[in-house]
Amino acid sequence: MKFDTPALDNPIDRTRVIGRPTDRIDGPAKVTGTAPYAYERNDVAPNAAYGWIVGTGISTGRIVRIHTKEAEAARGVLAVVTYENAGKLAKAKAHTARMLAGPDVQHYDQAVALVVAETFEQARAAAKLVRVEYAPNKGRFDLAAEKENAIKKDSQVGPADTATGDFPAAFARAAVTVDATYSTPDQSQSMMEPHATIAAWNGDELSLWTSNQMIAWAVRDTAETLLIAPEKIHVSSPYIGGGFGAKLWVRADAIMAALGARAAKRPVKVALSRPQIPNNTTHRPATIQRVRIGAGKDGRIDAIAHESWSGDLPDGDIETAAFQTRLLYGGANRMTAHRLATLHLGEGNAMRAPGEAVGHLALEVAMDELAEKLGIDPVQLRILNDIQHDPEKGPERPFSSRKLVECLTVGAERFGWAKRNPKPGQVRDGDWLVGMGVASAFRNSPTQDSAARVGVDAKGLITVETDMTDIGTGSYTIIAQTAAELMGVPIERITVKLGDSKAPVSSGSGGQWGANSSTSGVYAACMKLRGELAKKAGFNVNEAVFEDGQIRAGGRNISLGEAAGPDGLTVEDKIEFGDMQKKFAQASFGAHFVEVGVNAVTGETRVRRMSGVFAAGRILNPKAARSQVIGAMTMGVGAALMEELVVDKRFGYFVNHDLAEYHIPVHADIPNQEVHFLEELDDKSSPMKAKGVGELGICGAGAAVANAIYNATGVRLRDYPLTLDKVLEGLPSIV
Amino acid sequence: MPDEPAPSPTGGPPDDPLFFCDPTTRRVFLTRAAGASAAVTLGHGLFSGPDAQAAVQAEAGGGEAGGEEEVTLLINGRQTKLRLDPRVTLLDAMREHLQLTGSKKGCDHGQCGACTVLVEGRRINSCLSLAVMHDGDKITTIEGLGTPAAMHPMQAAFVKHDGFQCGYCTPGQICSAVGMLAEIKAGIPSHVSADLLGEMSASEEEIRERMSGNLCRCAAYSNIIAAVREVSGDKTGGEA
Amino acid sequence: MKAFTYERANTPAAAVKALAARPDTKFIAGGTNLLDLMKLQIETPEHLVDINRLGLDKIEPTPEGGLRIGALVRNTDLAADSRIRRDYAVLSRALLSGASAQLRNKATTAGNLLQRTRCPYFYDTTKPCNKRDPGSGCAAIGGFTRNLAIMGTSEACIATHPSDMAVAMRVLDAVIETVAPDGTTRAIPIAEFHRLPGNTPHIETTLGPNEMITAVTLPPPLGGLHIYRKVRDRSSYAFAVVSVAAVMQKNGRNRFAFGGLAHKPWRVEEAEKKETAAAVAEAVLAGAHTTPQNAFKTLLITRVLTSIFAQAAA
Repeated sequence: MKFDTPALDNPIDRTRVIGRPTDRIDGPAKVTGTAPYAYERNDVAPNAAYGWIVGTGISTGRIVRIHTKEAEAARGVLAVVTYENAGKLAKAKAHTARMLAGPDVQHYDQAVALVVAETFEQARAAAKLVRVEYAPNKGRFDLAAEKENAIKKDSQVGPADTATGDFPAAFARAAVTVDATYSTPDQSQSMMEPHATIAAWNGDELSLWTSNQMIAWAVRDTAETLLIAPEKIHVSSPYIGGGFGAKLWVRADAIMAALGARAAKRPVKVALSRPQIPNNTTHRPATIQRVRIGAGKDGRIDAIAHESWSGDLPDGDIETAAFQTRLLYGGANRMTAHRLATLHLGEGNAMRAPGEAVGHLALEVAMDELAEKLGIDPVQLRILNDIQHDPEKGPERPFSSRKLVECLTVGAERFGWAKRNPKPGQVRDGDWLVGMGVASAFRNSPTQDSAARVGVDAKGLITVETDMTDIGTGSYTIIAQTAAELMGVPIERITVKLGDSKAPVSSGSGGQWGANSSTSGVYAACMKLRGELAKKAGFNVNEAVFEDGQIRAGGRNISLGEAAGPDGLTVEDKIEFGDMQKKFAQASFGAHFVEVGVNAVTGETRVRRMSGVFAAGRILNPKAARSQVIGAMTMGVGAALMEELVVDKRFGYFVNHDLAEYHIPVHADIPNQEVHFLEELDDKSSPMKAKGVGELGICGAGAAVANAIYNATGVRLRDYPLTLDKVLEGLPSIV
Repeated sequence: MPDEPAPSPTGGPPDDPLFFCDPTTRRVFLTRAAGASAAVTLGHGLFSGPDAQAAVQAEAGGGEAGGEEEVTLLINGRQTKLRLDPRVTLLDAMREHLQLTGSKKGCDHGQCGACTVLVEGRRINSCLSLAVMHDGDKITTIEGLGTPAAMHPMQAAFVKHDGFQCGYCTPGQICSAVGMLAEIKAGIPSHVSADLLGEMSASEEEIRERMSGNLCRCAAYSNIIAAVREVSGDKTGGEA
Repeated sequence: MKAFTYERANTPAAAVKALAARPDTKFIAGGTNLLDLMKLQIETPEHLVDINRLGLDKIEPTPEGGLRIGALVRNTDLAADSRIRRDYAVLSRALLSGASAQLRNKATTAGNLLQRTRCPYFYDTTKPCNKRDPGSGCAAIGGFTRNLAIMGTSEACIATHPSDMAVAMRVLDAVIETVAPDGTTRAIPIAEFHRLPGNTPHIETTLGPNEMITAVTLPPPLGGLHIYRKVRDRSSYAFAVVSVAAVMQKNGRNRFAFGGLAHKPWRVEEAEKKETAAAVAEAVLAGAHTTPQNAFKTLLITRVLTSIFAQAAA
């Protein structure tokens, strides 16, 4: 099914199942511990041996020699795989660094060996017996120092630079200006399930039971790495313990498990250990961002510029931190630019809302700074600068739907924004300085082609198969809701099978496109199935109503099972998105309101209240969508207050590489979070009329925290995370 | 309170639904363990594959480092005798030797809480405990609390309030929540208890502090609090 | 984790005997720190003696009017003991601010005293560390030092002691009781128990090689206002950036001990005679050796002390 014109009224609009806060259909399995994650697939590989990855001890250089004899002789050891015996490997195009080091070392804790043994304990112990001699190189690890050497490089998702009008001139003549530089640190996705894979060979065919967000990419990249045909690879990933971008790509666990299984001639299971994850896998790269905004005294922006510097390994990609600034506010004169420095830290890559998550931490604080200079309420300033079309491309590219203003006004009302004292440092509650902050939320809402197979059996039971993944997003449930809605059956009659490469290729889970795209793929397949069932039953499909497990038309009705026939009926289709994204700017919007307390003694910041209003097209399942949003808001709190992979610029690695030292928010950090979705249907986005919501919640959440800290204390911080030591310096003396 | 150590939080009677499961729910590993459904005590010999091979090796190694120790675990009401490398943690004994994969390995270093189980009614990180240290201990895992068809009230509340997303920290959160309510019931204070000598409540603030040993990166925190509050029945101390 | 052999001891005498019987033997009780370190092969004992069933899990009154806390009393039980809550609230508070409930349910009193540093370079075996690998150097110096020590540091080590409990015990003048394989017992004042790093940061306490902690004794209650203020980067489940244990008395005989400053719980008795927070802070922090990353700790300590004085005066 092509989607190249706006959606008309369609069966999804009935909203008998879709749009309802249905409990997750995978819930009972997850809460009882019976949903099997990758490392737990004893059902498919009961005799798997255990692999343990040895990481490199240097950040860049060359392996001189690897001593494996001692490890090989250790009790229980079945194989030791290194680049010397792994066979020919290539680097997949999607990978910046290779999954197995040798002879070159590209970053710290890059896999240098896999030790396979009968037991986990044996493999882990023997891994310590692998000794590697290195010839280290001097690497580059300091973004600030490398800023001057950074180059212009386009991203896969857009150009590095854009410019409209004459920014320098407009900025120079602006009545009120802000020119501020912000920094954000490297961050770790830190999903709770480590990367894990069981690999098994059957002849030249490879099966990977793994934890991966993008099944088709996993097949492709595994094939490219191992130099085998993609048809020979089977990937299964039905349950995924979180990804946040870290599992967009097959990583060392999968590749090394495959190599280990080949060497040991047995299935091999490999999980990255938690302390390996930050350096071995991908991370969100640090940025330095300069934002300049020029406005008239009336608050209207006339000039806006956002520049970002980030680093990555050679041949890496930019962090697209200025992308939201291309679309969020009006202003005739604008420019954005991204520069990429070479850094020999691990691979910089996607983490929830790549670009926008950190871009908002700069832009939305700059807006707060501008509001203060103008003496205009920060909510009003944002409303004033709303724009209903792509400000770079002009009115010929309108937004498909955009309710930023409503998000801000409804949010302000719900939160009690009017009670905010605009003068910072005025409100006190015991030892706590109290402040409120606001930020807009903007996240592009891309779509990806997505296919599904839908079958109905003789009993009228429906099965949906697609390689779509559920990383906690609720895919199982919204896909079931979609199929139930379209086929006119209760959700209990739907079985959803996800995450298997034998199923049609879906959008996968990434870029907050998954929900909208994958349900649209299911929509396409269901519509095709409806057509064929109607035809088989002798109905005119345009007249046929699918309801209560029946097909009805012309005073006649027939059950789905009967229509399907004794052998059932299965079809496959795919949603193919045309140029609607070109014609219309498509994004989801929101507004964050945060109240913080900053301890007047210690500078510790604690979030007291969080409230957000969001417009993201049709909300397919308000319960799951709300969960997505509160989760992202929490990650935004983490980014604002505590998350930082600390770079040791001497050794070239992330020092705090475990969950004791890399802090993510805990229960006690997060107050009640209020989420409100605006009614919105976006007929330009897909037949589902939905938009992305999974990453929207992180965009702006951290900036609202930062702005609230300023309102509480009068301390304007621009270097994240906003830890107590930074706040402390600016606090007034206490006695 | 008398002058003695705090009572064990296992104070509840055996039929207290917070602490014990329905006997019909105790099937989980038996049905998965190579068809040994009739066995009450699972000896090592019932397993095939690497376990059996490891056993042979270990006996050859007898008494040396790398050998094995006998341990009897009482998990979810089911007694199991195992011979284990003493390096095997309680978590890995369950996940890799007993097919009880409900308890999760998130960090293996006591930094996340995904491996939380109840030992003698107390929640602990099973990743930081050796299986051999638990000889004879009564252990309850997520599988022992309930099944998809017969969920424990805490499990049902997590589904109802969407107290999870990816589900990986969830078994730990649920076991922790069950243990936590028992701790409150036993009068054990927390960091946020305003009065160390006062009554302990299951207020939102208390639950947040007491559940902070269970990380959730999907950050279903607000929903988990709602689920736990519902099960606790505590109506006091809600958000102002 | 290196392979080891395991035995379970049933009496303290048997435990110390087992400890002395073989080289590279360690006790395991809660295991919450030891197993963490064994998995990384920072600790590599060849033999473990499980002491969980020695019965040293009671809290009993002493003839002097204090309390004798068995070495194996779990952190949760110690924090929840009604006598501790009533008479030694600073200790209860310190315990409750540490780790997580799960860890406190396992971690023992003696094990908590023997916790090893959280210095990230100590934890990364690819980096030099004099504490982990004597003579290899200190990667922390010149590196990420924000959370590391500013008092009593040496050229060899700038690690901190991570315990909250020990800070409170230091302010309470707890005494550590031990037994040796020959049955000799010792009572070590906590002030003399933890060492500064000097040139031997791998030797962290004055415990003898085959000695076992059997109990920690608290002197009779001090009365006064008990405060444990822990400053940290998130609200819970985080090590202290700094912490202050204070017992404030109306007669001005205040006591302060500090966490997050040094290789041991930091206390300067002389400083306690000063009458203002600023003067106490100045005396406590005399000789501080800070880096640009951790210099804020001096300001933080001063501010927290100021706030504690204010609280006591209120």
